[in-house]
Amino acid sequence: MTALRSRFLWPLLGLIALVAALPLVTNAASQREDFFLIFMLVILASSLNIIMGYSGYVSFGHIVFFGMGGYVAFWLMFTFQTHLLVAALAAGLVASAIAFLIGAPILRLRGAYFALATIGINEAMKSLVTNFEPFGGAVGMFFNFSVYDAYGGARSAAQLAYVAMAVVALATIFTSFVIKKSKFGLALMAIREDQDVAMVLGVDPARAKVQAYVISAFFPALAGAIFFFKSGIIEPGPAFELLRSIEALVMVMLGGIGTVAGPIVGAAVYEWLRSTLITTPALSSFHLFIAGLLLLVVVLFVTAGLVGFLRHRFLAVRRYVE
Amino acid sequence: MEALIASSVDGLMLGFVYGLAAMGLTLIFGVMKVINLAHGPIIALGMFVILTLTKSFGLNPYVALLVAVAAGLASGIVIYWVAVRRVIDAPELTTLLATFSVNLMIIGVGTTVFTTSPRAVDVDLGALRMGAVTILGTKALAVLIAASVAVALYAFLFRTRSGKSIRAVANNRTAAELMGIDSSRFLALSFGIGTMLAMTAGGLLATLFSFTILSGGTYETKSFVIVVLGGLGNPTGALLGGVILGLLEGVSTMFIPVSWVPVLEYAIFVLILLVRPNGLLGARR
Repeated sequence: MTALRSRFLWPLLGLIALVAALPLVTNAASQREDFFLIFMLVILASSLNIIMGYSGYVSFGHIVFFGMGGYVAFWLMFTFQTHLLVAALAAGLVASAIAFLIGAPILRLRGAYFALATIGINEAMKSLVTNFEPFGGAVGMFFNFSVYDAYGGARSAAQLAYVAMAVVALATIFTSFVIKKSKFGLALMAIREDQDVAMVLGVDPARAKVQAYVISAFFPALAGAIFFFKSGIIEPGPAFELLRSIEALVMVMLGGIGTVAGPIVGAAVYEWLRSTLITTPALSSFHLFIAGLLLLVVVLFVTAGLVGFLRHRFLAVRRYVE
Repeated sequence: MEALIASSVDGLMLGFVYGLAAMGLTLIFGVMKVINLAHGPIIALGMFVILTLTKSFGLNPYVALLVAVAAGLASGIVIYWVAVRRVIDAPELTTLLATFSVNLMIIGVGTTVFTTSPRAVDVDLGALRMGAVTILGTKALAVLIAASVAVALYAFLFRTRSGKSIRAVANNRTAAELMGIDSSRFLALSFGIGTMLAMTAGGLLATLFSFTILSGGTYETKSFVIVVLGGLGNPTGALLGGVILGLLEGVSTMFIPVSWVPVLEYAIFVLILLVRPNGLLGARR
């Protein structure tokens, strides 16, 4: 694996780990909350990038795996007092299994049809969970505070959730990089450019696409498990929120589609912008409008995103940043 | 049995209005292969045009509907020139995101101006009773208007020169340009007509139900289901799909709890996409 001797990957992961450790060392609770959210968005955007950026399949309803993972893990922790880490891992595997089952039929669809199908699956799952009594139906489920006692109280449970989210974010980035540099990644990108040509060159598109889909479903499920563990409550609306799915798409586009660093930059910039807009009184009521305008500008004029643009303009950036 | 007839008549009538909204979505897709993700907020805007004109200017809601028609056409053309024109030939993701950005902007301004509290337009045209079946005057008129708009659209597309040009552009843009058709003008016009249909449907829905600025989302997903039922890009299919969905909503509540209806709708939606992506009317692949 020559990819693992990269001069880009390790410094990047090291930098992120360092940033992640910052609020733990200084004990800054509000900063920790901010970073928690950003790491979650990095996971969503980065995992989406694997199927959308590398393979060119726009999964509009990718949030379905986040919601599903959240529900499976929450249910395990709620009914069997399963430990967070075990429950999250189980949720990830369930999400991947579902992606494997639905992947083969829906990945046959191309372009707009695939995008619509993923929206349909998310909405179907949301309305199904709303009616599914073991998962609490429309009201969802919520923890008794005593659940956190097993983790040494609510405070250290929050600490654990933060560390877990940071680790999953690092794992997602690592996976994203390794895929991009592997033969498998090349196969995906060949499919993105021209599926028929890829097939002629010996790529099995159906198989490669399902593999990418299964991998990209795993990480959002972990993020969902950790997020809803920390919230202590899960409801169908917030779990399967289509808007969040589209926000993840925006982050990928903003940072640079198909790049490893893009989704990270996109998630951080988007979240920073969103919170700045919301907390600035003069702008708070227009934050959606400004977000829309920004998206339009990116889509119309900077299609490659921030990282893509820099890579395009500067040779030095292109040499180091993936 | 009587209740079944009553709810199917009710569903059937609603289906026409759903179908009208979906025709707007499918027309745009048929002509330029763009899925308009601003469809929902545009439906909501149609509702608020009616609300504002009736509440603040005391206009009759059906006169206000004419304003909604004009506003729909104009705003569609503006949206096309600002957000869609530059990326018309780009991959789907780009146009999906471009129209979604319009969605965000409309919702952003809309929630600021109108807030998200529920509104309703007061309009009462009496009702017609036949046994268990009650037909509200507003609903009957909505069906009548929706059907006439659909007929007018067909007359326009098949009988006028502009309509024929739109169909030519939809069929093959390059060939249409070689025949001297200014395609960008007709693309803008089609987008305008598409949003006009959505806004008109929104205006009609405002006379039937209470709504908020976010209500468009529900009807947008309904439109997706309908459009897929009828075949993407096929206006007749959209009308048929609307009627089917309306009937389904009306009848299924007799047999399953209301909260299960969306499960059924989306399951059908995904199944149709997988089994017959060209819709019920489309040719089998």
